[in-house]
Amino acid sequence: MIEPGTRAPGFALADQEGNEVTLASLRGETVVLVFYPLDFSPVCTDQFNVYQEILPELERAGVRMYGVSVDSAFAHKAFQRELGISIPLLADFHPKGEVARLFGVFNEERGISQRALVMIDPDGIVRWSHVSPSPLEIPGANLIFDALEQAAAA
Amino acid sequence: MADLRSAAPPAIGEVDHVRGPARGPLVIEYADYECPYCARTDLLLSELAVRRVFRHFPVPSKHPRARVLAGAAEAAALQGRFWEMHDALFADQGRIDDPHLWERARRLTLDLDRFERDRRSEAVAERVAGDFRSGLRAGVVTTPTLFVDGTLHPGVPGPELLERLTVASIGADFISKNQHRKAANRRRRERNA
Repeated sequence: MIEPGTRAPGFALADQEGNEVTLASLRGETVVLVFYPLDFSPVCTDQFNVYQEILPELERAGVRMYGVSVDSAFAHKAFQRELGISIPLLADFHPKGEVARLFGVFNEERGISQRALVMIDPDGIVRWSHVSPSPLEIPGANLIFDALEQAAAA
Repeated sequence: MADLRSAAPPAIGEVDHVRGPARGPLVIEYADYECPYCARTDLLLSELAVRRVFRHFPVPSKHPRARVLAGAAEAAALQGRFWEMHDALFADQGRIDDPHLWERARRLTLDLDRFERDRRSEAVAERVAGDFRSGLRAGVVTTPTLFVDGTLHPGVPGPELLERLTVASIGADFISKNQHRKAANRRRRERNA
């Protein structure tokens, strides 16, 4: 798991529309990456539905949230529609799981990402990271706001 | 900006909806009226002598009518009929459109105009949002989520938790039965007086 204080590895991934999102283009904004195992798995569903509800608060705090899994952009598009959410989803598809691996959250054995949150500050430095002890455990939205406060105080 | 940092679920307050024997073990429940697992949990808890606090945790992207239904329950609460509406909503999750809500309100002999005004009011929306925020701060990410002795239990309570609550509620039920009998006796006396 990537440690706070380290520079976030750069990435360029397609979102659910096939548009490329790079970390470099997000410089100047706080970014929260939500690594999750797979589209259409029941636990993820609850996670993004709840996070969707805090998007206005995140926006006010100047935070951009992105989901990241090994699914393709096409699967992401369908998943986003199925959930009725607007959180953009990035396809860590080819090479499979490379970005999850760079952030130290890839489960090599199962070929999917662990459930993890990473907060990157406007300068591209990792400020906070959290990995769920099990894929079934969803990190609460409160943890993101705790981390935001800590980052602001630092 | 709303404060969404971590915080334990608030203790029972003035605004809370509470039912069950006063001496029963306390269960704080975050739930949504459109969620089938919540209806199942409601049924399981209703069979136990627990003291229940119900708080709203509507997630509209998952359940489009959840917030509307929470508003209906709160509007009924303003006419003193929260639990009646709560039970009526969980009893029939297939009928949750506006006409079905009016039907329930009529059955509960609510003032329909007031019910309509209240359920769309800002005060009711804020009441529901307040519950949702306290749930978020306590780490709720799924419905239902129960808090027992300060511990978070996501999902429908399993046999272990139900057993624990059953054991903890021994005694509370007798007290509640006794209370019911006393109340029934009092009502009888009042009628005969």
